[in-house]
Amino acid sequence: MSLVSEGADIARPLRPALSRAEPSLAGVEDYIALLKPRVMSLVVFTALVGLLVAPGHVHPVIGFTAILCIAIGAGASGALNMWYDADIDAIMSRTAKRPIPAGRIEPGEALAFGTTLSFGSVAVFGVLVNWFAAALLAFTIFFYVVIYTMWLKRSTPQNIVIGGAAGAFPPVVGWAAVTGNISLEPVLMFLIIFLWTPPHFWALGLLKSDDYARAGVPMLPVVAGADETRKQILIYSVILAPVGVSPWAFGFTGYTYGVVALVCSAIMLHLAWRVFRDREGAAAVSAPRRLFAFSLLYVFVLFAALLADHALARFGFGL
Amino acid sequence: MSEPDDNGIVLTEEQKRRRRARSIAIAISLGVLVVLFYWVTLVKGPAVLQRPL
Repeated sequence: MSLVSEGADIARPLRPALSRAEPSLAGVEDYIALLKPRVMSLVVFTALVGLLVAPGHVHPVIGFTAILCIAIGAGASGALNMWYDADIDAIMSRTAKRPIPAGRIEPGEALAFGTTLSFGSVAVFGVLVNWFAAALLAFTIFFYVVIYTMWLKRSTPQNIVIGGAAGAFPPVVGWAAVTGNISLEPVLMFLIIFLWTPPHFWALGLLKSDDYARAGVPMLPVVAGADETRKQILIYSVILAPVGVSPWAFGFTGYTYGVVALVCSAIMLHLAWRVFRDREGAAAVSAPRRLFAFSLLYVFVLFAALLADHALARFGFGL
Repeated sequence: MSEPDDNGIVLTEEQKRRRRARSIAIAISLGVLVVLFYWVTLVKGPAVLQRPL
């Protein structure tokens, strides 16, 4: 709890104050930035894969509506995250230019924007697609905004481990949009993203630990040190590797996915090992940077392979 | 005593341009929502289309 108040007290004077009577300076691009479009691209892609590999048929218009609602819901939670984190965003170099700390959007505007889109996306999803998937989307938004942003992020170094669940839900929501339920396959997709999140964000944390320390965010490198973070990155990567291959091992996919997953997981493990090994000099910086860059590719390639494998099997070319 | 300024808040050209852009974005979003509901209604038919007029 102390970290919360410390971060807030430090940040408050840094936030540029706009007069309440002053007209809004926000442009459309600022509202788009609130939606975190880069994060949204991963959410949309993994949700789309979950939707397309699910058994059964969904009309393209309903499928489009589902993906649109998931994208808007993800964007809404991003806006609410920026509203709540405006104080620490102002301190960190990576986030200082975001619309709220930069003074282009008032916190209240971001709160209203995020809340409206959250309720709107869930309501439209429920009415036009199905209420089970809409409830999952609502839970995902709640988990990201309340459990991760408001509670875990500032109170525990395990913040992104547990909070990573929010980013892992989209393929499950996509699957549920088609089937109306959950089975083992979407759970494996969930686990891939869930276990991928810690090495991905801790690699970034190793590079930006000064930023997080200044803002009072207890990221693992800040609290436990770089060496412990390197060890944890390796442990999670070792667990991630078999989980990444598991859709093939369980017989849900063919060799196409299996080979891609094996190769990508081997590269991920190798890069995580180098992060663990290279602790001094230029290599201590380049190793986490390489892992961070490849980890982004890893999840995209695995889900693309899942989709390709499914398409090949559907058209009779499955291996 | 100087007389109160009754012109209210006068927007700069930049503020007017940004407000216009925001208004257009809201209009487009509402238009997309209307089209989406219309489209899904057609897809989810045929009960909607076969009702007595």
